[in-house]
Amino acid sequence: MDGRVATLKMMIVDDSNIIRRRIERSQQIDRLEVVGSASNGVEAVELFKRTDPDVVTMDLTMPEMDGIECVERLVALKPSVLILVVSALADKATAVEAIERGANGFLCKPFTDRQLNGALEELLGGR
Amino acid sequence: MFRESELRIFIDGALRVFETLTSQAATVGSPYLVTDGKPGTYEYAGVIDISGIRKGIVYFTAPRGMLTVLLMRMQETDTSEENMRDLVGEVANTISGNARRDLGKGFVISVPNVVSNPADGVAMPHSRSFVIPINWRTHAAKLVVCLQ
Repeated sequence: MDGRVATLKMMIVDDSNIIRRRIERSQQIDRLEVVGSASNGVEAVELFKRTDPDVVTMDLTMPEMDGIECVERLVALKPSVLILVVSALADKATAVEAIERGANGFLCKPFTDRQLNGALEELLGGR
Repeated sequence: MFRESELRIFIDGALRVFETLTSQAATVGSPYLVTDGKPGTYEYAGVIDISGIRKGIVYFTAPRGMLTVLLMRMQETDTSEENMRDLVGEVANTISGNARRDLGKGFVISVPNVVSNPADGVAMPHSRSFVIPINWRTHAAKLVVCLQ
């Protein structure tokens, strides 16, 4: 063991360009490397197959394919992927459904940089 | 029937968005009722269709000047037309989505439909709307709630 922590690849999925750019700019976790972003679930599945990320931030309300369905598709492709849902949908039932479909964490919009990084740290846990 | 008491949900949501995204608090003026179906818009409006337990629309409308400063406060350097439209839609989406904390999962929201410089305003599904005036820095915007 040389003490170095392996870099984890991260993909950002949100239909808002501003939010995608904000998550990329605001995340301060050294071992996360953003490998791409997608604006809907269909694009996300394609990008996921090409880039094989370890970590995904996932919006829920999106055109083409919504985030809940996308979570299921990504988990089927790679069961070890860590998915942080980042959504404005603030009801508990939606958060529970996202977790049941395979997400690992939930961050409600609007969020501060600190909240985003806290949620990502919690998501990574011991990895 | 949408109750006036439920306006608090949307007022709190609007204040939370401004405070969280910009670290600068907004204030709201006295909400008022419009009964002729035309609450008016600024240059951009992000419209969310509501279905499920409630039917209607919620829209956030703001002038270019406010959206430009909002983007800058969010450390966003790209103040293009595309990002103006994106932001007004995202604010509408966030306020509407947050309303599910109180109204539950049956309050179903669409993806944002953004209109800019709408000549005839936003098409209203009902004649009765509540307008929540929002003031932030020197700028004014409106949140319009038109629900059965």
